[in-house]
Formats: sequence, structure tokens, C-alpha cells
Amino acid sequence: MKQTLKKTGHDKADRQMNDVFLQFTAKLVFLIVIMFSFNLFFAGHYTPGGGFVGGLLAAAALILLLIAYDKKTLQRMVPIDFRLIITSGLTFAVGLPTLSFLFGTPFFTHQHTHIEIPVFGDVALHSAVLFDLGVFLTVAATALLIIVLVGEAEN
Amino acid sequence: MTLIHMAILLPLVAAVAIGIIYKYYKRIHLGWFVLPVPVIIAIYLATFIPKVSSGPILETMQVMPRIGMNFDVYIDGLGLLFAILISGIGALVVLYSIGYLSHREDLGNFYVYLLMFMSAMLGVVLNDNVLMLYLFWELTSISSFLLIAFWFMKERSLYGAQKSMLITMFGGFMLLGGFLALHTITGTYSIREMLAQVTLIQESPVAPIAIVLILLGAFTKSAQFPFYIWLPDAMEAPTPVSAYLHSATMVKAGIYLVARLTPLFAFSELWVWVILLGGLITLAWASFNAVRKDDLKAVLAFSTVSQLGMIMSLLGLGALSVVTGAGEAYFSIAVVAAVFHLINHATFKGALFMVTGILDHETGTRSLKRLGGLLTLMPISFTLTFITALSMAGLPPFNGFLSKELFLEAMIHVTEADFASLANIAFIFPLLAIVGSIFTFIYSIQIIYGVFFGKRTHDTPKEPHEAPALMWISPAILAVLVITFGLFPNVLSSSIIDPAAMSIMATDAPLGTHISMWHGFANPALWATIAIVIIGSLLFYFRDKWMFIYDYHKERFTLNYVYDQGLMHSRFASRKVTDSYMTGFIRSYLAYIFMFFVVLGAISLWNTGIKLNFSDMAPVGIQEMILVMIVLISITVILVTKSRIVSIIMLSAIGFVMALFFVFFRAPDLALTQLAIETVTTALFLVCFYHLPARSKHPERMRFKFTNFLVSLGVGIIVIMIGLIAYSNQLFDRISQFHIDNVKELGAGGNMVNVILVDFRGFDTLFETLVFGIAGIGIYALMKLRLNRKDETDEADPEENRA
Repeated sequence: MKQTLKKTGHDKADRQMNDVFLQFTAKLVFLIVIMFSFNLFFAGHYTPGGGFVGGLLAAAALILLLIAYDKKTLQRMVPIDFRLIITSGLTFAVGLPTLSFLFGTPFFTHQHTHIEIPVFGDVALHSAVLFDLGVFLTVAATALLIIVLVGEAEN
Repeated sequence: MTLIHMAILLPLVAAVAIGIIYKYYKRIHLGWFVLPVPVIIAIYLATFIPKVSSGPILETMQVMPRIGMNFDVYIDGLGLLFAILISGIGALVVLYSIGYLSHREDLGNFYVYLLMFMSAMLGVVLNDNVLMLYLFWELTSISSFLLIAFWFMKERSLYGAQKSMLITMFGGFMLLGGFLALHTITGTYSIREMLAQVTLIQESPVAPIAIVLILLGAFTKSAQFPFYIWLPDAMEAPTPVSAYLHSATMVKAGIYLVARLTPLFAFSELWVWVILLGGLITLAWASFNAVRKDDLKAVLAFSTVSQLGMIMSLLGLGALSVVTGAGEAYFSIAVVAAVFHLINHATFKGALFMVTGILDHETGTRSLKRLGGLLTLMPISFTLTFITALSMAGLPPFNGFLSKELFLEAMIHVTEADFASLANIAFIFPLLAIVGSIFTFIYSIQIIYGVFFGKRTHDTPKEPHEAPALMWISPAILAVLVITFGLFPNVLSSSIIDPAAMSIMATDAPLGTHISMWHGFANPALWATIAIVIIGSLLFYFRDKWMFIYDYHKERFTLNYVYDQGLMHSRFASRKVTDSYMTGFIRSYLAYIFMFFVVLGAISLWNTGIKLNFSDMAPVGIQEMILVMIVLISITVILVTKSRIVSIIMLSAIGFVMALFFVFFRAPDLALTQLAIETVTTALFLVCFYHLPARSKHPERMRFKFTNFLVSLGVGIIVIMIGLIAYSNQLFDRISQFHIDNVKELGAGGNMVNVILVDFRGFDTLFETLVFGIAGIGIYALMKLRLNRKDETDEADPEENRA
């Protein structure tokens, strides 16, 4: 962000920008967006949403933090290596279809059931959620990885 | 999924565990954790020996039944023999590698690759489905590539790895083509079911294509002439790998394939001739070349090639036994000899490689010139070399003698075959066989003599001493087997050799093989052996007198030269072609893509004709009009504006309007995705902004603008036409009805879009996710590479560069 501002003529964009309004709002909105992204992800099988949209929104939420603060602060807030997240996402996405061999069914056969949980009531369990989780993690982490990387690169 | 499937996949699962163990626990050598895997598999497979003699076992596991790709494990004598070899030798190699590779090496990678290879190889030999077989086949090539490049800082390793990859992958690809050709003939991917339709294959005109393609796969993998050139370069791998992959198991995959498909193709003269002659030429040529090599491993590499050629030629003879009745006894001898020599070769060559590794490890060199007189210093190594090299030379009382004699016998009797025009040139078969055997004898003796006798050279980088027990136990076990099989060959014949030979010949009748050392003086093979020993000894004694003939074999006439030149020129050519259209500007690439799109669209429109149907269209409401207006205004602004940031904002505006369109057309999933994408892309644009080059001050030329205008106009027209025509023409039933009907029962979901994504069209999503991840990692690597290169020019940070 700083670099972009400098380029467009804001010479005063110094090491740490202190935009209190933006930063405070970002924190709040981040919470809302990330909750919404989880909601989209879990609700995906029955109502609009899913792993891809959820992942993108999660990435968007973190990008908001990145814009409001800077890369260092973001890494302090979210101390995760995105490459690791991509790997685990791909593991989920590839591993779950493979697991169906254990049930003696062809590759990529989903299993589903539903259970009764006291507070939540009837909850559906579907193995597609785990596959979708893989999509979610990969999409979110890849988008973030690219944007953080391009953002930090000095010309 | 049965126990046998798990046994095949066990190494892959273990590889994951090994990777984790290596990361957190380094006190004990990683090999000790790996060792139980092949041992367990070998023991488990051994329990199948009695079961298989009463008939093959088939265990099905569905993978993708719709396209006929199933993991059908099929265990018969042949597959079981290979599987036991793979796991048994694998166990010995792992044990040996514990002594060979020190803690300082990257053991994690090594054992993960090795285990991956083990799974792949077991998968190849215990499979009935050719598609799965192909999958595992390529996996062996990949793991071989990784293992050859294990010391990836050495240039020769990379060269050898690339060479083996190019050649074996080329063969693998041909093999896939061969399998598909077989599929078009028989309509099945199962080898068993293909065997039931031999007559159909016999009559088909496609059969020769299938034969050529499959043989290309087998010959490249098994390093037959003229594809053998990758194997000597593969010797850059650590010695355990050479012993395991490049002599005992992987290179025998091609032989396995030929043996497995012999009943299918034995009717064909093409098949028999190519295998027989190819094998014999390989045998003679490679053993001739092995004699002049100085590097011990190179000698063994060429020796492996020649021995593979020998087994291959025996299988060619075996193919005759399937098809002709004449001289059947001798041809079944050929098959038995092939199977027997397969086992023998794995034992003596594995041991020889391991001893070479010991020599390399303890003296620091593998050069025959620099080694010498090590007899008293390394007595154990000498004993092991002595036994195994004499077995390779074909001398009694070792196992190599028995199979070599069977081989010679079969080759001498080939003249009796009543098969096509064989009789005219039949003399060439025993001739090539004997010439090859003579040179085999010479280099075998040369290994023993050159390393252990003669004067000590004192030219070795390290002071030679005997290896620790950990390193010689494995070759010692193999040497004991060499003697045991030599003295008591019949412990194998009924339990392992016969079932394997029977499955190659596709008969149920028991062969009742009885192998013995002595057949009487009337046996021509005996005289052939005696002749080989005498001529070989003479040639070895007077070797200084005739070695000059190798000088006539100039570098420029070798296959390696052809390979190197071919690779270099193809590189130049492709660089030239690429440079001719790669301008470095995205706008040119976009122009290519769009022009192609326009041309393709125009051609298909021309061919199918334009049929438009405007009835039954939804009315255009006021909200859509407004949105279209916004889009049009944004586009105009983008075209007119000189400021980049305005362009970006206007582009985002179009994206958000698209999302609104989706809302109006009741597609909430699309709208959501579009919104999220638009947000993230805008952020990406903003971070990229800083890196964009300054806008060119020069106005673009008129011609350039005109071309762009034409292309965009064409794209616009084509897209509109496609949209209208897709709406007006209903060629097929809509697939959406299927989704609507089945989303509850089959997918157990409520949101059809999502169920399609994760279930009905899960494969698409899976691979898109993979592409996404790969793209991310690729961009990361590119950016990091760029940053690193800049570091080097400035003040290089050594820690960063090494990572």
C-alpha cells in the first residue's frame, strides 16, 4: 500500500501509516467478514456458499488487515505460513477422495449421515465438507500468498 | 480393499510416516525404520507361494469403474515371482543402505523415494488392469528420476536423471498408446479379459501398432538396444539405488511386460522377431562394450544391459513355444531359462553392485586402473566378488551356470524351429549368444582380476580396508543364495519357476521342470560353455593385443552422441520457434489467443450454420437496462482515460455490475463468487500497481490500433453469436434436470451448485484446486527466484541463497 501511495504522489507515506479510523474499522470488519466466510463455507451444501467463496472471503478479510496495517503487523496477528496452509489444503482435497477406498467404494464416493446434537438439533455430516475444506484452505492461502508476496516485493 | 492392496500401498503410507519421523528424530539411522516395510511385505507375499500353485488369485478394488479403471490385483506365478524379488531385494538394499549412506546425506528424501518406488513396482507387477499398470509404470520412472538425481548438486547426476526420464517417459507414453490400441480392439482394460479374445487381436489390423508401441515401452524401460544409453548414465545414483532399481527390479519391468503379454502377441512374427533379435543384439553389443569400461559401475551397467537382452531373447524364443508345436520342449526350456535367469541375475548382479559400493566406499574410487591387489586387504569382498562374478560368467557350481546353459541349449536348438523363414539365418542366434557370452566371461574375470589381483597401485584416495559388517551382510546373503540355487536349483523349480513359466506360456499343464548340472557329453550347451571359457581365457590373456579395435568406435558414431546432438538441436529449434512469437507483451499473447478464438468460432459457425430463435425470451426490465448503461459508460471511460487507477476502478465497477446481473437472474452462488473475486482482484491490482512500468509516451501506431480493434470486434461478435445460438439450439437434453432430480438422493445436499462442485463434478474441482495451489507455489517460486538473483548481484546473503 505504502508503495502504491508513494507512486501516486503521496510522499508523506512513511514507514508506519497511522490511519486510526481505517485500522479500527478494519479490525471490526475483519471479524464480520471472517465469520461470514465461515458461515458461507459451512452452509454451502444447503444454501448459497461453499469452499471457494468462503476461501476468497477469508482471504479478503485478511487482505483488509494487510491494507490497514502492513505485512509485519499482519504476520504478528496471523502467525501462519501460507505455504503450509496450501499444502494442507491440497492434502485434504486429494486425501478425502482417496479415503473412499477404505469404505470399499470407488474413488471420490462421498459418505453422509446426520446426528442429533443437544443444542444444535439435527446436524448433517457429510464427507464433502472435508473436501470443501481443502478447497477453502487452498484458495484462501494461495490468494493471500500471492498478494502478500507481490505487495512486499520492492521493484 | 483387501490385505494385498494394503500390502502394495504400504510403502507409500510408510513414506509419509518416514518423512515425519525424519523431521523430528535423527538419533537412529532412518533405514532401521524403513527396513520392516519390505520385510513384512516379503513375508506376506511368501505365504502366497502355495496358494498360487493351485491357480491365480484375483482381488478387485474399484477405483473408477465408469471408465474401466480398477485396481485389480492379480497374483499368478509370474507376478508373485517379481513381487517377491522386489520386496526381498528391497529389504536387502535397505539394510545395505544403512551402512552405505551416512547421517549427513538427506536420508528423508532417499527413503521416501525408495518406498515410493517399491509401491510403484509392486503395483506394476501385481496388476491386471492396464490403466492402473500404466499409472504405476510412470511412477517407477518418476521415482527412478528422483533417485538418480539424489545428489543433485552434481552435474552428471542431473544429466543422467534427465536422460533416463526422457527415454523411459517416452516409452511410457508409447506404452499408454499401445494399451489404448488394445482397448480399441478388445473393449477392455483387463489383461485377463484380453487373453480371452486373442483371436480378435490376431485378426485386427491395429495389432501391429499395439505391438510396436508396447515394445517401445518395454525396450526403453528394460534398456534394450538402441535405448540402453540411459542406463550407464543412471549409475550416478547412490549404489543401493543402482543395485535395486537399475539392475534387480525396475529395468526388469519391461521384461515383465513382455512376459505378461507373450500369450497375447505370440502369434505375431513381428513380436517374436523384434524381441529375439533385439535381445540378442543387446546381449552381444553391451557385453562387448562392457569390456573396455574402466569404471566398475559402468562395467556392471553394460553387463546389466546385456543380461537383460539375454532374458529378452529367451522370452522371444518362449513366444515361439506358445505359437508353434514344433520343438516345443526347447522353447519351454527357453521360458524356464528366462525365469530362472531373472532370479539369478537379481542375486548375483545385486551382490556385485553392493560390493562395488563397498569398494567405492572403502577406497574412494571405482576405477579399475586405480584399484588392484586388494585380495589380502579385503578378503570378504573378494570372496563375494569371486562367487558372484563367476556366476555371472556362467561357471559351475553357481546358479549363473545353470541358466546360462539352458540359454545356450535353447539358442542352439532354435535352428530346429519350424517357424517362417527362420531356417535361413538361424545360425546367427547361437553365434550372437556365444559371442555375447565370451565377452561376459572376459569382463567377469576382469572385475575379479583387476580389483583383487595384480600389483597394489597405492593410487586410491582412501587407504583400503574391509567394510563394516552392516555393508557386507546383504551381498553375503545374496552370495549364499547364488551357491544355494546353483547346487539345489530344484528348490525353486516347482514352487516358483514353474508357476511363473506356466503363466508366461498360458498353460495349466504342469511343466515338471528338473534342472541339473550335468546332462552328459552329448549336450551341445556343454561344449559351447567349454568353448566360451577357452576362448574367453585366451582373449583375456592376450587382451592388450586386441583392445585397439575399440579405438575404431569413435565418439561420433555412438548413440550417446546422437542423443546429445538431438537434444541440443531440438533445444535450439524450439528456442527459435518460441522466440518468433514470444514478444514479452501480454497484449500480443492476448491478441493471439483471441484471434485463434475468433477463427475457430467463425469456422464452426460456418460449418454448423446460424439458426436463431428469438421466441420465448425473457423481457428486458428497467434494472437490466440500467446495469447495461453502467457497463457501457465504464467501458467508454476505460477507453478514453489516461490514468491507470481510473481504469482499474472502472474495471472493478464492471465486475460488480456483473455480480448484480447474477443477483437479478437469481444465481446467488455466482453473485457471491463474483463479488469475492472482484474484491480480491482489485486488491491484487492495487498491490501490482507499483510494479507496472511507466506508460509509454509515444502514441500507438494506427495499424496496431486497427488490428486490436478488429480482434475485439471479432471476439464481441463471436461471443454474442455463441450466446444466441446456444440459447436457440437444443441439440441434447439439458443435464440440469439430472442434477435437479438427484441432488437430494445422490448428493444429500440442498444447494445444487455446491453439490455439483464437490460431488457430481468433484474431479473438476479437485484438479482446479490443484492448479490453484500449483499456480500459487509457482508464483511464489518465481518471485523468490527474482529476489534471490537480485541478492546475488548486490550483497549476496549466502544463507538465503543456499535455501
